[in-house]
Amino acid sequence: MSITIENISKRFGGFTALDNVSLDIPEGKLTALLGPSGSGKTTLLRIIAGLESSDAGRILFGGDDVSDLHVRDRNIGFVFQHYALFKHLTVAENIAFGLESLPRKQRPPKTEIRERVNKLLEMIQLPDLANRYPTQLSGGQKQRVALARAMATKPRILLLDEPFGALDAKVRKDLRRWLRALHDEFHFTSIFVTHDQEEALELSDQVVVMSHGQVEQVNEPAALYARPESRFVFDFLGHVNVLEGNLKNQKLTQGDAWVSLPSVQGDQEAQLYMRPHEVQLARSPSAHARLPLRIESVSLIGSEVRIELQPEGWHSNELWEIGMSHNEFARHAPARGDLWYAVPDIGHLFTNAQSQPRTVDWHYPATATAHP
Amino acid sequence: MAAKHHRVGDQPWVRRILVGLALSITVILLVIPLVVIFYQALSAGWSTFTSNVLDEYTLHAIGLTLFVALLTVPLNLVFGTALAWSVTRFRFPGRKLLTTLIDIPFAVSPVVAGLLYLLLYGRNGWVGSWLGQYDIQLMFSWPGIVMVTVFVTSPFVARELIPLMQQQGSEEEEAGVVLGASGWRVFRKITLPNIKWALIYGVILTNARAMGEFGAVSVVSGNIRGQTNTLPLHVELLYQDYNIVGAFAAASLLAGIAILTLIAKAFVEWRQSRPEQPAPERGGV
Repeated sequence: MSITIENISKRFGGFTALDNVSLDIPEGKLTALLGPSGSGKTTLLRIIAGLESSDAGRILFGGDDVSDLHVRDRNIGFVFQHYALFKHLTVAENIAFGLESLPRKQRPPKTEIRERVNKLLEMIQLPDLANRYPTQLSGGQKQRVALARAMATKPRILLLDEPFGALDAKVRKDLRRWLRALHDEFHFTSIFVTHDQEEALELSDQVVVMSHGQVEQVNEPAALYARPESRFVFDFLGHVNVLEGNLKNQKLTQGDAWVSLPSVQGDQEAQLYMRPHEVQLARSPSAHARLPLRIESVSLIGSEVRIELQPEGWHSNELWEIGMSHNEFARHAPARGDLWYAVPDIGHLFTNAQSQPRTVDWHYPATATAHP
Repeated sequence: MAAKHHRVGDQPWVRRILVGLALSITVILLVIPLVVIFYQALSAGWSTFTSNVLDEYTLHAIGLTLFVALLTVPLNLVFGTALAWSVTRFRFPGRKLLTTLIDIPFAVSPVVAGLLYLLLYGRNGWVGSWLGQYDIQLMFSWPGIVMVTVFVTSPFVARELIPLMQQQGSEEEEAGVVLGASGWRVFRKITLPNIKWALIYGVILTNARAMGEFGAVSVVSGNIRGQTNTLPLHVELLYQDYNIVGAFAAASLLAGIAILTLIAKAFVEWRQSRPEQPAPERGGV
């Protein structure tokens, strides 16, 4: 069942949590609401669920307006951040709760409920814990029980509020994979809220980036990472290296650093954003850029060597970060304190005139264009 | 070596003096008077004690006291739960003020409360004179006693529930509603089991105070023997009659209630602090 969000606004006192948000959530897809705390993502999820009312706008499930439908009647599954398992009920009773809450006419007989609970326990791989109480479970087990409980009534929409927020890294990775597999098997329409960009990009079919109560960008993970449409999305998704300077005569300059930008006209302030993988390190400046940097630290762990650098003779708010293959690292042996030069392959230029960046490719200038 | 490193305030003489002081105060101020009550009550022998307790007026006082408690406790159970629910689950203007107002009965002397009720609902009072036209008399009869007792004991249940419900939050209830449960089912299956022991604790305290209240009740009851005399008032009446043994016999009943309350309170506190009981593992395959 697809979900349509139309012009939803919500204020808490003087704070605007959601500001005229419109969004389409496709049927059968796993969508991530990604944003920093206070961006309105949890409020939006709760409004979709019906746990919170909106000040303006409509929510549609598969074309039907459900804005005035009580949360009880929306037939959604909701997984709470802190699980919200019923403390005084056993795991089996927790999972059966939704089925036993059905009106008498729709309620399956006791034996069928028990059967369904057992099947769900198999599915979450905890068949032996039926008679345990929530306090006797680990965080990961609680999360699985919460999922099974939400799925017991076979909802067509599953909403998850920071589902892995309270778990440690190892369990989180396992559960992520498991949730993805579960989703691929059952194909309900799912939305999950997260502030973890890695989680959002890895798990979802579609990512909705939010900030200050507004939708910044909606896209598939790969496209979102490759083509951020705003400074906010750039900054929020992974590390980015920035050269902030004056654009004059097709050249962006700040202190000792400059980058030539053929085909870019104008005379103004501008920022050039580059992902770590879009920049290489060299012992000398190239024909199109001079970006002197001193190596601050070298991190060897991972599939790539990560090198952090401090600008030399110019300024950047954050350290630069550039990746290098282990092979290359062994050949050049860059060490802390060495002076190197960054050579960008691709960059994304923001000027005050345009909110969307213009992509510059120094190797294949013909393919680089502004965003549509 | 280890003996040299005391924790702060853990010198042996400090400990001995403080513990000794606490123990002697407890014995002098609490234990001895309690023992004296029972000693005095039984000083003229068991048969005198029973005849004192089974005295017509004493029995009536016991009956009235139980009757008042029986009305007060359920009223304040509902009132306290509703109050705790509203201030912890809803956001509305005046919520903070309401939380403060709950404590008025604790802050005001019961005698003052009794006088206020007399002023309002007495025969010459604002509400009382109006009710008098319909021949309804609240003061100097049992409805007045119930009214002031409800007033005096109203904070106990709410005060027990509010911190607990604040700490528990409403996530479990939200989860219940999302799963399709009706409001009543959510309350019965989720809220109630979570607040059960705090509720019982509040009821025990309410009951103890309802049975023992003197000040407010003495102002509005009129002390009519065999009609509006509760057990605490009866103790005073007997004492003023120079029936010392009778007064102590009646007082020993109240003391007995107090001891039962303490035992029940200790049990509930123990039960409250205990984590959920592990279920027996399912045997076999």
